[in-house]
Amino acid sequence: MELVLALAIGVLTACGVWLILRPRTFQVIMGLVLLSYGVNLFIFAMGRLVTDRPPILDGRHLEAAQYADPVPQALVLTAIVISFATTALFLVLLMAARGLTGTDHVDGKEPDS
Amino acid sequence: MIALLEHMLIIPILAPLLVGAMQLFLGERRGARIISSLASVLVQAAAALALLYMTTDAMPDIWTEGVGVYAIGSWPAPFGIVLVVDRLSALMLLLTSLVALSSLVYSLAYWDRVAPAFHSLFQFLLMGLNGAFLTGDLFNLFVFFEVLLAASYGLLLHGSGVGRVKASLHYITVNLVASFMFLIGVAMIYGMTGTLNMADLAGRIMLLAPHDRALFESGAAILGVAFLIKAGAWPLNFWLPTTYVAASSPIGAVFSLLTKVGVYAVLRVGTVLAAGNEETSFIDVGLFYGGAATIAYAVVGMLASRQLGRIVSYCVVTSTGLLFMALGLRIDALTGPVILYLVSSVLATSAFFMVNGLAQRTRTHRIREAADVAPLPDLTYVGFDITPQDPLSPKDEVGIAIPAAMAFLGLAFICCALLVAGLPPLSGFIAKFALLRTAVGHSTDAGIGWHAWAFCAALIATGVATMIALTRGGLRLFWTSQGRTTPRLRMIEAGPAAFLILLSVAMTAGIAPVMTYLDSAARSLHSPDVYIRVVNGTREDAP
Repeated sequence: MELVLALAIGVLTACGVWLILRPRTFQVIMGLVLLSYGVNLFIFAMGRLVTDRPPILDGRHLEAAQYADPVPQALVLTAIVISFATTALFLVLLMAARGLTGTDHVDGKEPDS
Repeated sequence: MIALLEHMLIIPILAPLLVGAMQLFLGERRGARIISSLASVLVQAAAALALLYMTTDAMPDIWTEGVGVYAIGSWPAPFGIVLVVDRLSALMLLLTSLVALSSLVYSLAYWDRVAPAFHSLFQFLLMGLNGAFLTGDLFNLFVFFEVLLAASYGLLLHGSGVGRVKASLHYITVNLVASFMFLIGVAMIYGMTGTLNMADLAGRIMLLAPHDRALFESGAAILGVAFLIKAGAWPLNFWLPTTYVAASSPIGAVFSLLTKVGVYAVLRVGTVLAAGNEETSFIDVGLFYGGAATIAYAVVGMLASRQLGRIVSYCVVTSTGLLFMALGLRIDALTGPVILYLVSSVLATSAFFMVNGLAQRTRTHRIREAADVAPLPDLTYVGFDITPQDPLSPKDEVGIAIPAAMAFLGLAFICCALLVAGLPPLSGFIAKFALLRTAVGHSTDAGIGWHAWAFCAALIATGVATMIALTRGGLRLFWTSQGRTTPRLRMIEAGPAAFLILLSVAMTAGIAPVMTYLDSAARSLHSPDVYIRVVNGTREDAP
């Protein structure tokens, strides 16, 4: 499970970084989305990978080791909301830039013109 | 009464949050917006002053040793989030509210009419700034960073236009990537230590196993990179001058404070994490060389720019570079002068952005029409149900105009230039002189290291370069007669710029108490034991 998750985070982050460095705004926004997925999974993984353990105390188990760490799950929720909101804002900006400059290049003009 | 005073700590966050949210429902009532915004900023200024007073141990039955802590919801640290105020954060709160007050008053002349959301966004920006200065929790710091960045995205786009949209594309992308790095750093630190509370963290670093320590330090380094990007350190600061020039002038004035949040975060997190660790770490080395590279970049950029706005933006970058270089020297006695320089440069560059906005009006023809006052597409007005206003209509020319506009502009320009370049007699000179004296005066067993000499050289070189660049800019602005006219300056625009300059003058005149306060702030930064003890003390106090 560790290997699969690590590979998934690595692939997502690598794709995200590559896409962010591309010249078109749509590629950049896709890169930001992929990067945020990678980062969110990474935060989640920092609470250690466990299965079949609840994050919320339910009174049935008495030892802390029988619960999953709830903090990274709370953090990841916050991070998802924030990256969702900023992506939406960026999408509006992307449309505005396309409308005002007439190109989807990140610099607002084609490199050879 | 005492119990109420303890709640003072949350006012700088609550006031802008409530006012900003309330303003969303005010519709077209501009008067109510203005009054509530001004009231909120004044409340923040009053709260900041009260906190500043309380951190000087003037009221020993509330807080002692200059550190106040507020456990939100009475959840004790490290399980709940705590707000912590010490002398540095109280000072930053006061600086924020003063710059915000001037910028808000300045914007009332024109900019706040451009779009109805201006006042709400401005309040949310202040909430993010105040929260970032107050929080004692790393993830909460991230949240407040995002609050202030999200508001700053909106404010940068305020007024629309091609220039702003193009600048925002870069600004938002770079800052989003920096936020992801922030998250990665925070997650690694949590994964290794199991806590996010800064005071609790300091205690747990000692207990780390050696093989975990490397991972922890890489997490801290990634976090540091995120702070450096926010502060505008080379090589990830190419967005900064374009962005600051594109922003409308009152917003540019507040933005000059935003980069210093990164510097504050480095100071705060750096000193807590370095508790009990004496030797120079790779982070100090990185700060020193990163600062030097930032200065080199800014000096070249400054000398190459023609627009006054760009020169001022590069001054913001220069001050960041100097601050990081000074921090990288890792001389504890330098921290006091560093804070003085930070405050002085924020006041100076904020005033400069305002003066620049006024000076652009001396042109008879509008050169940068698209970036300055581009009307929104008609569809926007229909979509958001607002009436378009002609930005240059005669009815805007109300308010008291000040006499001798050119004389005021010239004088304000000279004062700002002296402050930014660090020439006598204003506070910029005192700050730079204090930095120089401390760097040279602090001799180790091996004498004064070459690092200190390099820092002094950089300090003097930036002063010279700034002076050259600003002289050229001033010549072009005031002494070329073609295409110039005497502008009409209103009191509420000239007043805030003059207020910020007068603050620096006042700081120069009363330098002794200011320096005493700053030195005590620096001392408490470098003895984080008090901070750690007070924060951890909430656990015992909890009911």
